[in-house]
Amino acid sequence: MKQYDIVIIGGGPAGLAAAISAKNAGVSDIMILERDESLGGILNQCIHNGFGLHTFKEELTGPEYAARFIAKAQEMEIPYKLGAMVLSVSPEKVITYMNKQEGLVQISAKAIILAMGCRERPRGALNIPGFRPAGIYSAGTAQRLMNIEGYSVGKEVVILGSGDIGLIMARRMTLEGANVKVVAELMPYSGGLKRNIVQCLNDFNIPLKLSHTVVGIDGEKRITGVTIAEVDANRQPIPGTEIHYDCDTLLLSCGLIPENELTREIGVEMNRVTSGPNVDDKLQTGVEGVFACGNVLHVHDLVDHVSSEAALAGENAAAYVLAKAETESAHKVTLKAENGVRYTVPQTIDVANMRDSVTVRFRVADIYHNRSIAVYYGDKKVMSRKKRVLAPGEMEQVLLKKDSFKDYPDITEITIRTEEA
Amino acid sequence: METKNLTCIGCPMGCALTVTIDGDEITVTGNTCTVGANYAKKEVTNPTRVVTSSVRVCGAAIARVSVKTATDIPKNKIFDCMAEIREITVNAPVSIGDVIIEDCAGTGVKVVATKNVAAK
Amino acid sequence: MIGSRYDAVIIGGGAVGSAIARELSRYELSVCLLEKEEDVCSGTSKANSAIAHAGFDAKPGTKKAEFNVKGNAMMDTLASELEFEFKRNGSVVLCFADEDMPKLAELYQKGIQNGVEGLEIVSGDTLRQREPNISDEVVAALVAPTGGIVCPFGMTIALAENAADNGVEFRFNTAVTDIRKHDDGYTVVTNCGEIETKTVINAAGVYSDVIHNMVSEKKLHITPRKGDYCLLDKEAGDHVSYTVFQLPGKYGKGILVSPTVHGNLLLGPTAVDVEDKDNTATTAAELADVVKKSAVSVKNIPYRLTITSFSGVRAHEDGDDFVIGEAADAPGFFDAAGIESPGLTSAPAIGVYLAECVAEKLGAEKKANFNPKRRGFVKLAEKSFEERAALIKENPLYGVIVCRCMNISEGEIVDAIKRTLGATSLDGVKRRVHQGMGRCQAGFCTSKTMEILSRDTGIPLEKICKNSAGSEMLSHKM
Repeated sequence: MKQYDIVIIGGGPAGLAAAISAKNAGVSDIMILERDESLGGILNQCIHNGFGLHTFKEELTGPEYAARFIAKAQEMEIPYKLGAMVLSVSPEKVITYMNKQEGLVQISAKAIILAMGCRERPRGALNIPGFRPAGIYSAGTAQRLMNIEGYSVGKEVVILGSGDIGLIMARRMTLEGANVKVVAELMPYSGGLKRNIVQCLNDFNIPLKLSHTVVGIDGEKRITGVTIAEVDANRQPIPGTEIHYDCDTLLLSCGLIPENELTREIGVEMNRVTSGPNVDDKLQTGVEGVFACGNVLHVHDLVDHVSSEAALAGENAAAYVLAKAETESAHKVTLKAENGVRYTVPQTIDVANMRDSVTVRFRVADIYHNRSIAVYYGDKKVMSRKKRVLAPGEMEQVLLKKDSFKDYPDITEITIRTEEA
Repeated sequence: METKNLTCIGCPMGCALTVTIDGDEITVTGNTCTVGANYAKKEVTNPTRVVTSSVRVCGAAIARVSVKTATDIPKNKIFDCMAEIREITVNAPVSIGDVIIEDCAGTGVKVVATKNVAAK
Repeated sequence: MIGSRYDAVIIGGGAVGSAIARELSRYELSVCLLEKEEDVCSGTSKANSAIAHAGFDAKPGTKKAEFNVKGNAMMDTLASELEFEFKRNGSVVLCFADEDMPKLAELYQKGIQNGVEGLEIVSGDTLRQREPNISDEVVAALVAPTGGIVCPFGMTIALAENAADNGVEFRFNTAVTDIRKHDDGYTVVTNCGEIETKTVINAAGVYSDVIHNMVSEKKLHITPRKGDYCLLDKEAGDHVSYTVFQLPGKYGKGILVSPTVHGNLLLGPTAVDVEDKDNTATTAAELADVVKKSAVSVKNIPYRLTITSFSGVRAHEDGDDFVIGEAADAPGFFDAAGIESPGLTSAPAIGVYLAECVAEKLGAEKKANFNPKRRGFVKLAEKSFEERAALIKENPLYGVIVCRCMNISEGEIVDAIKRTLGATSLDGVKRRVHQGMGRCQAGFCTSKTMEILSRDTGIPLEKICKNSAGSEMLSHKM
């Protein structure tokens, strides 16, 4: 069985950034396994702009952003396999994959970086009642059909969910001549970025109905219409508020779910909020030498954050392989999310062996105005940052410096919470 | 004097901007950086957008190559620009930055490829 | 072929019609099956509880009781001959209150009368030892070890393929609009022309009353009875091992909780009489009912793992029993009408019985060269490492995964399209090899599957349908 130093599962933005930084950190024996026929992952179909403002200080489209990382990986001669579907990963780090050329192959790795990304929540998981005709697509599926395959999925469109892909597709379909009638959002706020509401909906006078959901789907063969209704505080439809729209297409943009089937198989501890694995400050999962980054770890808002997180995972995996990582005198501190902070990544920090600083990423549970994000070491508040607006659609972060723990030798818990400013 | 409330689209922060127009005098508040001020001034005088789309590509493993306007174009030219983009078919190979349309819809702005597409 | 004369025309390509076709193909007869949709298994047979009922539920002496027990007994042989998925996981009926015990005993007695083997009544604690997630409220249960689970698509498609391999002609997208009776047979009028035949077998599901009433003065009336279901991800598939029923009692009509042969967990059905025979729309109220009532039987069902919900319409005849046999006032016209639950289980036995009736009527001999075997689908995901490696070597398309959730390869999809009565639609592929049936519900693999379908059938991509004409997936080429 061939053994690699590092095997990276997934050749999207996370996998590529992890590979590049692992190689920069001194490990050359790397293999990227990508299930699709090209590197770049979902960015290949995200032809809109808005990527790379943090990473490259300029605004790129998805394919352009991906191309920069692909070019870099190729220039560094990092090996990869396309059309390679990983079927299983064992706790002993044996990976079974298959592709057309090699058939079924088993390899092993000293370290594994999980970078499988996420998938869209399908209609079934939303339990939308009604018929099950053709013409109901998750927004990403429609995006692929339009932008890669060159087929339009419909002309009269209703969109459920105001996640960014839904907003982007509202504009994309409008530009291609479709009539996007309404975007309905179950929550009282949009899950997408504000800029996308402006340039994808407002620019084209597409109404966004917050606190609304689809309560009926008509059409036995192809969808002919949907009924949406307002929902109450418990997200239950309010009788009498139904509005019918004739349409031939319903797009769903109702959330993303990390693709963690392989992760579960390894047996690592999972997080119920993120649906990703729990990781420490090295982005290492509960199984030593198995790291995770990007949307498989938690769903990100910006690819730039994916890239920086993945670079860290790559560096740490390299350090693990080169046995540079100090594992003695571990002082593990648990991060606790509370009062409006839904989760944190990482979930633990080894303050004895951490880098000079650790970025803790998280999301909030609701829209908050003029609140602070506070960090407590034990019960002592050590940091507080006032924010004009906090929104669930946007990832927040705090930077914890190693120095800051000097005065807390017995710390066991860090709490991150929102507070009235 | 006229006041308009805008959301900046310059970056994902989406700052809430207030623009005050007093004759030729335009003042912007609420912005975190110069991008916001510039955006707001443009938005109330000559709003512009970058258009991204895709065109047919022949002789490649995929059917479409993605494109964008090299810079932002006037908002009211978006659909004219799209009409021209829809008519285009290119042959593989295509490289990022290749000019697909020299002057799109009379804006003087190029449409360029945003994806590398190899010939089959 | 329109214009020629058949010995038998079967109307309807569901489980019952396909079973009749397969049994008729044992005889020296020219047989044609008409199906209004683009594929077999497109009506009631595609959306039901996927259960091989033991047979304790039907009233003794009824056709339901007779065919249920006979059909159940045929399942093992049939599943091995035709290579479809079937498992005797056993069924249990839960009793929640001491005062309902006589009803449980009554059910047991009915089972004995119907000839169901192996029945026993156990205490709630005994059941919970075997099945830990059973509700603590359960005081006793009837256990029926012969109860089973079956893939309704797998069975129906296998029966149809085997029938086709043995000479039955299948015509899809062919809807019967009228039937004219003659002295020596029938003219079946369809949207695709007229067909002459000596006999007609009516297996038209919820439309079997309409078909019957075209030739008979003794009218049938079928009420479409709709049932909603929820299907949970494989992660929840071993939540129970038995098919768990509820004793009709203080909780009203029961909802079952069952594993499926594909490893999912199935909850349902509701039972609501509807006007429209094609009303397969789920409703919020019914789906909520499924959740509420399933929670009565089984603890801690992980509802968040729901991957889809669906609805099926059962053909409930006013007489509350199957209508099987030659119509009194229409010689040579045979009914398999009002086939509601336990129809899937009964289908193989109904097939045998009606084929015998038709053969006797026409004085047909058995074929010498009938082949009872049919090659099942290659299920790569269930193969060992070595078997799988060997298959990929033989056909590299088995090494290309299209559906990530179910691990379905391009090779399996190509087989689904190219075999006898191959798939022509996305639903057709899905029902054969379960592409897109997983947790992402075809989010990732829809476009690739459409491409393969288009490539291997020659149907242009923009004409690829979810099921029959009118369900086109795409609007236009850009």
